[in-house]
Amino acid sequence: MNVPTMAEMMAQGKQPEVLFWVGCAGSFDDRAKKITKAFIKILNKANVEFAVLGTEESCSGDPAKRAGNEFLFQMQAMTNIEILNAYEIKKIVTACPHCFNTIKNEYPQLGGVYEVVHHTELLKSLLDDGRLTIEGGKFKGKKITFHDPCYLGRANDVYEAPRDLIQKLDVELVEMKRCKTNGLCCGAGGAQMFKEPEKGTKDINIERTEDAIEVNPDIIATGCPFCNTMMTDGVKVTNKEAEIEVLDIAELIANAEDL
Amino acid sequence: MNYIDNIAFVILLTIGVGFFVKNITKLIRNIKLGKEVDRSDNSNARWKNMAMIALGQSKMVKRPVAGILHIIVYLGFIIINIEVIEIIIDGIFGTHRVLSFLGGFYSFLIASFEILAVLVLVSVTVFWIRRMILKIPRFWNKEMKGFPKNDALYILYFEMVLMSLFLIMNAADNHFQELNVGNPISQYIAPLFHNLSFTAVTAIERTAWWLHIAGILVFLNYLYYSKHLHILLAFPNTYYANLNPKGQFTNLESVTSEVKMMMDPTIDPFAAAPEGAEATVPEKFGASDVADLNWVQLMNAYTCTECGRCTSSCPANITGKELSPRAIMMKTRDRLEEVGENINKNGKFIEDGKQLLSDYITPEEIWACTSCNACVEECPVNIDPLSIIMDLRRYLVMEQSAAPQELNSMMTNIENNGAPWQYNQMDRLNWKNE
Repeated sequence: MNVPTMAEMMAQGKQPEVLFWVGCAGSFDDRAKKITKAFIKILNKANVEFAVLGTEESCSGDPAKRAGNEFLFQMQAMTNIEILNAYEIKKIVTACPHCFNTIKNEYPQLGGVYEVVHHTELLKSLLDDGRLTIEGGKFKGKKITFHDPCYLGRANDVYEAPRDLIQKLDVELVEMKRCKTNGLCCGAGGAQMFKEPEKGTKDINIERTEDAIEVNPDIIATGCPFCNTMMTDGVKVTNKEAEIEVLDIAELIANAEDL
Repeated sequence: MNYIDNIAFVILLTIGVGFFVKNITKLIRNIKLGKEVDRSDNSNARWKNMAMIALGQSKMVKRPVAGILHIIVYLGFIIINIEVIEIIIDGIFGTHRVLSFLGGFYSFLIASFEILAVLVLVSVTVFWIRRMILKIPRFWNKEMKGFPKNDALYILYFEMVLMSLFLIMNAADNHFQELNVGNPISQYIAPLFHNLSFTAVTAIERTAWWLHIAGILVFLNYLYYSKHLHILLAFPNTYYANLNPKGQFTNLESVTSEVKMMMDPTIDPFAAAPEGAEATVPEKFGASDVADLNWVQLMNAYTCTECGRCTSSCPANITGKELSPRAIMMKTRDRLEEVGENINKNGKFIEDGKQLLSDYITPEEIWACTSCNACVEECPVNIDPLSIIMDLRRYLVMEQSAAPQELNSMMTNIENNGAPWQYNQMDRLNWKNE
């Protein structure tokens, strides 16, 4: 696995075609690290010249902003922007819809203007450009449902790229009754990931997992490390671990070919 | 000649319209209590939104049954109101069916009004059945108890009565029935009056005519007190709605300048404040009351017709949490009305010891939101409850440091080590070698 950092690139006088913004979950969460690695394997295979910030990366500020702490958000944003601008970054890819949304929509006004894409969008364009081929491999014929992350779907209207990728795997893509613009949140957004839910009758991730169970999938595909955690928990709580796997789209593609 | 009728009509019309104008003035004043927000950009996209969403009802039909019935009532409302023009001219000048000189076209118009009136009656009845017999859950959430529930029913009854009066008025018009054109529906009601004397039928016709126009004027004035303002406000509301991606939240400019100062090593923290700076009150972060919200958010509150599509799609509400996006809008409006009344009484706002946050909207509601934008997506007239929730959160966190404990830990971690969890920033690339 080849993971150059921006500092290394700069020392060699090179500029990557895209910066991979790993995000906190992708860097520290054991489950999300697997997504990070799967994505990097695909980038390596498609010969994409990328780099990461490594220890120079810091939280995008999304959870602080959604929790109402605009100060902390803007401090994070401006610190990150200083680094990104110093490296003259033009294009950023990330596997986290929260980082994606924040950097894409909320950084420009603070001086950070970049082309920001979600990893499913980048993979889709690699596919369209013929730099990447996707084959069903071991997933061939499986039934897969896609859970729309709120910050990818409703927040930024990206619905088709992840679905196009799934369909390339020669699988059966089934839609939950609440999907795309009507998709139900996994329960993690708006900084909920970091707190206990308010008093209620049910946990949101259970409600959402039941949506998925209804269509009887072999795999629940996601495009967000937090959705992944929530759906994985939901599958555990509903005792469906043996039947249903929760995988990121990057993992689906990488695992299909045993990368 | 006897002008009593004409005079009575003009008085009725003047009072009806005058009172309406007075209320609208109040409405505009209340909306303007909100902070300035610039929505003057991109007028093409704004007109398009208004044409598609308000005029074209494009978001209504996402729920086809309610959507199609609503379109019928909406078309009926707009088209049948052409008849009001004739009623007003007749009322003022003492004429009768003054537009009938249009001949065949007039018959066509009245015929289509009659058919629409029946369709509206049917639709409104189905609406009533959906509320009262089928008890569709979104009409029975807890914020819909008391006036909000009755308000919806009054409006349905109003429309039933107005449509019936219109048909009776036509049916009891002997001359109109004799012509036998343009009466596809009323010709079947007319036989009911065959056994009555000419005077009695004329009296019925006159009564229906007067009640119809009086009913319309009463309804017009009921708007301000009801959830029904959407028939007017849906248009400006869709025009001024947010055009940015739904995930993009505003960056507070007051914070930007502070953060820039903090990060600028050349700024002397001990420098004397610039001339006059002591007198300026620093801007409040976030919102604790309606005047801290912007005017579009306040207009949103008046536009909300309490259909509950937002609440029925809210993940927090679906799973039994306190939060209901519809209630956020209703409470904002209730508080705004209270502030408005206060101003009416005192000439200006006198502190009343209450505010939107806590007295109306509780922190428990605010913290249950996942910011998923389902409510914003669902709203048929582009109301944005999420922006109000976020502004209240900002106040709780930045002015009161009143975030839930776990969120405080998360934020401390971000401050200290650049991640919401307690991991060293220097370990950020460790996964590479694991």
